[in-house]
Amino acid sequence: MSVQSDAPQGVEPTHFAFDEESERQIAAILAKYPPERKASGTLPLLYVVQDQMGRTTGSAWVPRVAMDVVAARLEVAPIRVYEVATFYFMFNTKPIGRYHLQVCTTTSCWLRGSDDVTAACKAATGISNFGETSKDGLFTLTEVECLGACANAPVLQVDNDYYEDLDGPRTHELIEALRRGERPPAGSTTGRMDSAPAGGRKVLVDDAAPKPQGQG
Amino acid sequence: MLQDKDRIFTNLYGQNDWKLAGARARGDWDNTAAILARGPDAIINEMKASGLRGRGGAGFPTGVKWSFMPKKNDGRPHYLVINGDESEPGTCKDREILRHDPHKLVESALIASFAMGAHTAYIYIRGEFYNEARHLQIAIDEAYAAGLIGKNACGSGWDFDFYIHRGAGAYICGEETALLESLEGKKGQPRMKPPFPAAMGLYGCPTTVNNVESIAVAATILRRGAAWFAGLGRPNNAGSKLMAISGHVNTPCVFEEELGVPMKEIIEKHGGGVRGGWDNLLAVIPGGCSVPMLPRSVCDTVLMDYDSLRAEGSGLGTGCMIVMDKSTDIIAAIARFSKFFKHESCGQCTPCREGTGWMMRIMERMVEGRAEIEEIDMLEQVTRQVEGHTICALGDAAAWPIQGLIRRFRPVMEERIRAYKVAHGTNRSVQVPAGMVEAAE
Repeated sequence: MSVQSDAPQGVEPTHFAFDEESERQIAAILAKYPPERKASGTLPLLYVVQDQMGRTTGSAWVPRVAMDVVAARLEVAPIRVYEVATFYFMFNTKPIGRYHLQVCTTTSCWLRGSDDVTAACKAATGISNFGETSKDGLFTLTEVECLGACANAPVLQVDNDYYEDLDGPRTHELIEALRRGERPPAGSTTGRMDSAPAGGRKVLVDDAAPKPQGQG
Repeated sequence: MLQDKDRIFTNLYGQNDWKLAGARARGDWDNTAAILARGPDAIINEMKASGLRGRGGAGFPTGVKWSFMPKKNDGRPHYLVINGDESEPGTCKDREILRHDPHKLVESALIASFAMGAHTAYIYIRGEFYNEARHLQIAIDEAYAAGLIGKNACGSGWDFDFYIHRGAGAYICGEETALLESLEGKKGQPRMKPPFPAAMGLYGCPTTVNNVESIAVAATILRRGAAWFAGLGRPNNAGSKLMAISGHVNTPCVFEEELGVPMKEIIEKHGGGVRGGWDNLLAVIPGGCSVPMLPRSVCDTVLMDYDSLRAEGSGLGTGCMIVMDKSTDIIAAIARFSKFFKHESCGQCTPCREGTGWMMRIMERMVEGRAEIEEIDMLEQVTRQVEGHTICALGDAAAWPIQGLIRRFRPVMEERIRAYKVAHGTNRSVQVPAGMVEAAE
């Protein structure tokens, strides 16, 4: 096979099959698209693979052999799945740690201290460069582009959850909590109400009994 | 400024129940069948009359876009595709709709689809918005269970299905044809236009792609009337819009505001003012990183709307401002955008694939000052060679922030270069061999 796996030698599994949970998800996914447009299921099925790997091995990634399984299921050429899996940034084509730390460093977060968040991630995990996994296999640190939560910058995404309004010390605490096996609640780490201004809402303040809108 | 009684997104901060019961209490799903009974033409005309312009950045009139869909069905299904790939740096508004007011989106998607003859709508949500997609899915499930969508939606006789499709971390999929490619299961590489999606879109069928906010406001506009919406804002810049402020303000936040309000007033009211006071303001990027920045002198007076910002050589974009105070290394701030565009170029068009790399590398040297004064012009040249030479607007978007920097802050760049030479005790050329600049032109 001429297609190279991104995974280090010996890590690529020889076999992949969807488990029951994944099959349930796939049935729901394929019902969304016209039967002759099954290829639309490429991205969703790659997510199914990644989630299953995370669930069963503790490392959420997409091995090449699984891409072949996706291609067979969707009746497309394997290359169509390879090119999608490598085009989109969120598919991990090599194993990652149990927790995926994704630091946003784009301008809005940078202006509010994403450098401190990055430094805290490195100090707390012992990782020295983006893209690396900690020696204990718990954490992978990735630099990501704008996460779309700029009013709550700086933001760190851990797996699927956003942790917002961070600074160095709170990032450190968060990672220590993860290490202890805890999952602190996602969202603002300062107790702020989502994207409302810190210190309280300036609009929609008289909102205890929402008024019905419209003429009817 | 917008009053609470005129707000469309009344649960913006999730302060109340975002599920069906809460949405009904806020007036959503209130006799939707009566709106549908007006018929597609009346709905589209009302949307045109409201003056609503696309809320995703381009500002194209939404009602007019809807009217481009074929009136007669030629056998191919019609599709509505909602663009929830919110990834423009600085932009964080659609996220609030998805997680705190999802029923506004589901109801409006039904109405819009009906008006365009579509029985199916897909929403493409950026992959990182996992929890936001989960909220929307719950809202969709509630709407199906209550008979509001699905077969005979709201008892209107119209069948309507609504599906979520998650992206996977590619900014370019916010471009409408790249989004369609991605929805079809391919790499997100933009298509040539024409044909436009209204003629050949998803699966080669007539398709309209709209931003989340453009769709989500439709139900409220149709309930309260086009005249109400058009009465807000300024002529040709009608209505209210979700905006956000990030960066160096005292209270970054998301909020809904009337178009045509002075930027300074908005930053003072919602953002709690610039950190260190208005005099500490350096520049504002008014609508996501693809629009050129404005220096403080312009921010003193400019209004936040499409035409006012355009007149200043910038644009409203997504309406989400990035505020920078005088402590900002403005060259580094723009260099970060160059890195962003380099990362996000899909690689299809050579000027963008190669040009974004060139721009990023030169910008990295400009941050240090490890460059020649003449290279500022060469950098400008490179941006001009990318701009307008690509299939989609990503090339333009990569070029404009740099052009804005050179236009507004050239002396800062020159000073950085001189300081580098002084620090390194040399007047010699530090980077470009003689003759190189001419050759590049």
